[in-house]
Amino acid sequence: FQGYLDHEQFNQLEELQDDANPNFVEEVVTLYYRDSARLVHSIEQALEKSPIDFNKLDSYMHQFRGSSSSIGAKKVKAECSLFREYCRAGNGEGCMRTFQQVKKEYTALRKKLETFFQLARQAGPVDRARRPK
Amino acid sequence: MNPSNGRGVVSSVSSRVSRKSSETVPDQFPVGLRVMVVDDDPTCLMILEKMLRTCKYEVKRCSRAEEALSILRGNSNGYDVVISDVHMPDMDGFKLLEQVGLEMDLPVIMMSADDSKSVVMKGVTHGACDYLIKPVRIEALKNIWQHVIRKRKNEWKEVEQQSGSADDGQPKQSEDGDYSSSVNEGSWRNSKRRKDDDEDGEDRDDTSTLKKPRVVWSVELHQQFVGAVNQLGIDKAVPKKILELMNVPGLTRENVASHLQKYRLYLRRLSGVSQHQNNLGSPFMNPQDPGYGPLSNLNGIDLQTLAATGQLPAQSLANLQAAGLGRAAIAPKSRIPIPVVDQRNLFSFENPKLTFGDTQQQPQHLNNGGKQINLLHGIPTNMEPKQLVNLHHQGNSIPAVQSVQSVHNGSYQPQSRVQQPMGNYNPVSHTSPMINFPLSSSAELRSNIYALPNNPAKGGFPEDVTSEMKGSTPGFVPSYDIFNELNHQQKVHDWELQNVGLTFNATQQANNSIDVVGTSIVGSPHQAFPSSSQGSGLSRNASVVHANNNNNAISMGQHHMSNNNFYHENNPVRVKLETPLFPEQFGQDDLMSALLKQQQGGIVPAENDFDFDGYSIDNIPV
Repeated sequence: FQGYLDHEQFNQLEELQDDANPNFVEEVVTLYYRDSARLVHSIEQALEKSPIDFNKLDSYMHQFRGSSSSIGAKKVKAECSLFREYCRAGNGEGCMRTFQQVKKEYTALRKKLETFFQLARQAGPVDRARRPK
Repeated sequence: MNPSNGRGVVSSVSSRVSRKSSETVPDQFPVGLRVMVVDDDPTCLMILEKMLRTCKYEVKRCSRAEEALSILRGNSNGYDVVISDVHMPDMDGFKLLEQVGLEMDLPVIMMSADDSKSVVMKGVTHGACDYLIKPVRIEALKNIWQHVIRKRKNEWKEVEQQSGSADDGQPKQSEDGDYSSSVNEGSWRNSKRRKDDDEDGEDRDDTSTLKKPRVVWSVELHQQFVGAVNQLGIDKAVPKKILELMNVPGLTRENVASHLQKYRLYLRRLSGVSQHQNNLGSPFMNPQDPGYGPLSNLNGIDLQTLAATGQLPAQSLANLQAAGLGRAAIAPKSRIPIPVVDQRNLFSFENPKLTFGDTQQQPQHLNNGGKQINLLHGIPTNMEPKQLVNLHHQGNSIPAVQSVQSVHNGSYQPQSRVQQPMGNYNPVSHTSPMINFPLSSSAELRSNIYALPNNPAKGGFPEDVTSEMKGSTPGFVPSYDIFNELNHQQKVHDWELQNVGLTFNATQQANNSIDVVGTSIVGSPHQAFPSSSQGSGLSRNASVVHANNNNNAISMGQHHMSNNNFYHENNPVRVKLETPLFPEQFGQDDLMSALLKQQQGGIVPAENDFDFDGYSIDNIPV
């Protein structure tokens, strides 16, 4: 997970997990991937249009970036910021290139998280240092 | 009695608490705080909800602003605080913020992944209690209850001011009982105020004096309010009279007073904001188009008042007048090339000014298209407040908005003008940044302002305004701000607000008859304005108000002002324009145009504090 996740943020999520919501983190991440898949799709579509509507792109990306940051997806977030720079500059090429990066990071992170959760489930619900609230 | 103090507090707390949510655990504030969270991002929403629940708050989540609004409207006392995202697809977070503030007077916290200063500033100007940067940490959420308390505290304070704590008996006490006691359980609040009132406090908490159940300002109620305000005239619209006119059982003067403040703030903000947003954009400007022809109508007071308010106005007025009169920007003395915004003195805030600054020089904002009213350029901060005062009195309704902007550019020498008038406008000296009216965006303001008044129904002024405003006062809105500022730099909020609102409205309708402006300023008797000003203002206002049928508009302004409450505390002196001399005879048109221009200039609608919106007079294309 090195570099992929903002541990501070991710930790926050972990701390929220408790007996009442034992799989909170996983739920959040799942929700994130589900929701962001929609965004990714919209962005791709927008990128294929011609001429490109940068405003819309920027707004999608803003959302995507916000979501990503809330689960601590550091690299994804960084690529999103870069994407927005290109967007603001009206650089379609740059946007497309960067978006490929975004997707790459996004997918890579998902794999890692999936593995993480599998391990977590195997190890039992106590693998994280959960502090009594 | 001390012991009873504690007891009293506790009991009052419990009673209060129960009043609030009817089932919350008593004495465990802020446990049970009822939060409404709005965000279109489901991931964030889920995380936030969980965090809030972990803080032991009660949470209701919405992914759409409309949904949130209807829930809030349906359950007027059901929530204590609202947390909303800034960027949402169905409604702008700021708009929601405004609506909630106006209708329900709940503290609203904004949040966004965007942490750029301009957006945060926007949050401030729109009355947000706080602004959180995403990703939000739970620690940040743990403390949101402070905003609820603070707000209540301020409301009480206002109320006290307004009513002299007559009605409810010691609002303070009640206040204490309210949240404070719960929070501290008798610690700070109690010691602070309730020392000798424990018993009373106890009684109080159940009585109406204590935190009265929050009044929900429904659309109808608001319309009544607006109607009453218009009827009275902005300057004369005091809570007591408004209350009488409204004749709504159960409504107290405090309710009206705080609503009035908010309203004023709101109007003020609209004038500033509208410019940018321009809901009406064109409507305002158009009328003025001819080079702020309408502005010229503004005569007088408005501009002046505006001028008085913030230095800007003085210059703006001059400019405005000039603009109005002849479109030619008054040979700007360019005393102070401060693009309206510069008037730092005027405005205490620098930032807002900056915004203007940029825009100032750009005449484009002014709708008039090029009329660069830069007259106001230099609205020298020097304008002595006195002058401004004069202006006010002059009764020239400051052409406010539009001219103001231009005035600014033209560095109108307000001083010369100001002399005439008014005579003592003491209030002017406040330098309240009345100029707020987003001069830069004056044009826009106008439009916005209109929207407000006309649309009382909506309650949410801004958008609708465009359509409605047309009828109402011409974009005077800008002037509104200015005036406000003048009047009370900081506290006079309500007063100013009143005026401001009026002014704006007036301008709109009246083709910039700034009259409105004039009226608004004068309005607030309560505050800083000395009676004399009031008198003059009144006359102005009265004429303006009625003239323009800005009833709506004005009311909007007033309404807006009430929003001001939020930031009362923080309200950094509203742009304290040093009440630059406001050449009274600015010719309202000039002012108006200046103001409007400024607004158009994209002045950041500095609502209360900055008010410098109005200042961006530079932009006012003459």
